[in-house]
Amino acid sequence: MPESAALLGPSLALSAVLFTLGVAGVVLRRNAIILFVCIELMLNAVNLTFVALAQLHGASGQIMVFFVMTVAAAEAAVGLAIILAIFRHKQTVDLQNINLLQG
Amino acid sequence: MTEAVFYFLGACAIVTAALCVLSRSPMAAVLWLVGTMLSLAGIYVLLNAEFVAAIQVLVYAGAVMVLFLFVIMLLNLGSAKSDLRGPSSVAAAVVIAGLLLVELAALWNYSPERLAAEVAQSPAMSDPASIFTAGELARQETAARGVIGGVAAPLFQTYLVPFEITSILLLAAIVGAVVLAKRRI
Repeated sequence: MPESAALLGPSLALSAVLFTLGVAGVVLRRNAIILFVCIELMLNAVNLTFVALAQLHGASGQIMVFFVMTVAAAEAAVGLAIILAIFRHKQTVDLQNINLLQG
Repeated sequence: MTEAVFYFLGACAIVTAALCVLSRSPMAAVLWLVGTMLSLAGIYVLLNAEFVAAIQVLVYAGAVMVLFLFVIMLLNLGSAKSDLRGPSSVAAAVVIAGLLLVELAALWNYSPERLAAEVAQSPAMSDPASIFTAGELARQETAARGVIGGVAAPLFQTYLVPFEITSILLLAAIVGAVVLAKRRI
């Protein structure tokens, strides 16, 4: 497995770039749906790290990816339901207009 | 050859992720994210995780993204105006992302040898070979049992309890989503 082990460093760097893009998107955008998309992007970056390190540590890393995917699917379902409920209440998904918790 | 394909797919992933973050409409953002996920699935194949790649395409790029598209279509957002935040937030985003990237860029230098050396220095791990033999064993297991068998054996033996707890999480998510999205229960 020498050639794929050589991809460890570049894989970790790629996941760093993707995670950073996700963080930048969360800070930059105001649309709640795009916020969720950026969170999915960050989860994917972490998954890439798990898979890259699974080459060295065995299949445990790949199993963590399954758990991350499950949590991501659950999070997307509940989060999008919350967005739907908020949209029904406020007629917008712009986070600047959603300030229920500001009192 | 493998490296060339890796760098091509990596460039695709970065470009589509950037377009996803910057695209104006949520629909376009989700479709660009599907591109990122497909590129990552290709990279998983290069990293010897074929089953994870298949699940990535089926579950992530297929099911989860379709859920996003459904919600976007349900909401019927017509506005085309940009929802980027003001200049102060742009500056904050650049600073935060830049710091994070500088911090994470150190990962570029990681190689199996360096990882082994760092593990050897940490007090808890006395013998780095004790870790890396596990990877070797898993590799032999993959050779013996095939791609799916190599993943299934630890999933249903070592990680059986977390796997079962996952079903409780999914049940809670289903109930929560129904309760939240339904107008009247």
